[in-house]
Amino acid sequence: MSWNKVAVVGAGLIKMGELFDQSYEQMASGAFEAAVASVDKGFEPNQVEAAFVATQRGTLWGQEGIGGNTIPTAIGLAGIPCTRIENACPSGSDAFRVGAMAVASGVHDVVLVIGVEKMRDKSSEEGLLSRAAAGHPIFTRGETAPVLFAPFATRHMYEFGTTREMLASVAVKNHYNGARDPYAHFQNEITVDDVLKSPSVCHPLHLLDCCPQTDGAAAVLLVSAERAREFTDKPVYVAGFGVATDHPYLHEKDSFTEIKVTRMASQRAYAMAGVGPGDIDCAEVHDCFTITEILDIEDLGFFEKGDGGRASLEGETSLTGRIPVNTSGGLLAKGHPIGATGVAQITECWWQLRGEAAERQVETRNGYALQHNAGGRGSGVAVVNILTNRTDAP
Amino acid sequence: MTTARFDLPSTDQETQPFWDALKEGKFLIRHCNACGRDHYYPRPFCPTCWSDDVEWKQASGRGTIYTYSVVHVNDLPPFHERVPYVAAIVELEEGPRVMTNIEGVPFDELRADLPVVVEFKAISDDVTIPVFLRNSADR
Ligand SMILES: [Zn+2]
Repeated sequence: MSWNKVAVVGAGLIKMGELFDQSYEQMASGAFEAAVASVDKGFEPNQVEAAFVATQRGTLWGQEGIGGNTIPTAIGLAGIPCTRIENACPSGSDAFRVGAMAVASGVHDVVLVIGVEKMRDKSSEEGLLSRAAAGHPIFTRGETAPVLFAPFATRHMYEFGTTREMLASVAVKNHYNGARDPYAHFQNEITVDDVLKSPSVCHPLHLLDCCPQTDGAAAVLLVSAERAREFTDKPVYVAGFGVATDHPYLHEKDSFTEIKVTRMASQRAYAMAGVGPGDIDCAEVHDCFTITEILDIEDLGFFEKGDGGRASLEGETSLTGRIPVNTSGGLLAKGHPIGATGVAQITECWWQLRGEAAERQVETRNGYALQHNAGGRGSGVAVVNILTNRTDAP
Repeated sequence: MTTARFDLPSTDQETQPFWDALKEGKFLIRHCNACGRDHYYPRPFCPTCWSDDVEWKQASGRGTIYTYSVVHVNDLPPFHERVPYVAAIVELEEGPRVMTNIEGVPFDELRADLPVVVEFKAISDDVTIPVFLRNSADR
């Protein structure tokens, strides 16, 4: 029996990109307005009882010590309870999970989950400097994001014969989808050759194997399942979720061919939802790098360990494939405004389950969509949320 | 924009013997007398069984590359002056894995399972770090 105590009745985002002309609060406000406008039977902003805001770079990027309180003011709801959640790359997914728990507990009937991130106002050097003192004194000085994932690609290639063409096929597919998503940062198609010939960043990952730095915001409205029909005749329910943590340092990883927390979090989410990987119609997964998506689709149980590269190359994760993955364009094309990323992925799942994904619409035979982020130091934390449009869930 | 460098470790009392030994050409790991396993980095408790009956042990310095990446982009000083360099996870023959650099191996000859051996590299007057070279004796 799926959990189904909480329904998503509204969801929306702003066009992702380099948004130098918008402030943090303006981006949040735009996403909130989009979510409110999406509610079928109408929604008054003052119906929001509480908000959870996901921003990952708050303490580093000019939002020091502000907590959750700038957002209610920005959206005209000063005074409501609002908590900011920071949990690495899954910050948005985790804010969604916490929002769902707040509703399920009965404390609140109507909750806003909003993710917002400013990534482009500072240079990458400043970004690295701001976290340079972090890391382990013996191991991780000079760490960049690609160097946390490239060693997984090397080992996956060594053990399973995964090729750079297989990695590239993930970027090609996600850019194809992004070109069909009006909210995506990049809306151009690319070829395998483009990826292979782009500059090497962290061998074997080249520039087009990496997601961009993107500004953006996304918002969803959660209500108790009993009240869902007040807002829509097409509610989407939270079927289950899971979170997991692992060691923060690469040398402590048991394996370099899996992201263990992804497997653990998904097993918890599947158990809670009463479904398995075979029941999922489409998934939005964490493709910060091409290798990450290949690991994800194995660790989430869609493909056997080692088979993710082949499956990607052969189109099994494309819009018409066996299990469409990252129909929105993923982090690689839609972008990765960290706090907003998970909430934007939820929005895509919501559209897919309501049949509103336009050119990107996939067949939703079973009525389940899965959303996933992994991140943090050494990919030490992952969150998986499963959504369903089924009220007769098993 | 800055002359600060971000490659220097923050040494402390707990790890000082490790840093001191590196200057003398010794690579120390820790051995647990309770469960018999070695670990790295050095900790006051065994990360496997939580015993505090742990002691320093000189590693052979031999191992193999478990996985690696050639880093071509890193804006952080002084790494921006070192690119391209090899970031690697080396599996010591005693078992523990070490995050480190591989030096002196042409990039197209790098591979997982390549035998390597520790080398001691002074990066400042106070600090020597372990890096790894190809172990030709093991080829
Ligand atoms: Zn022990």
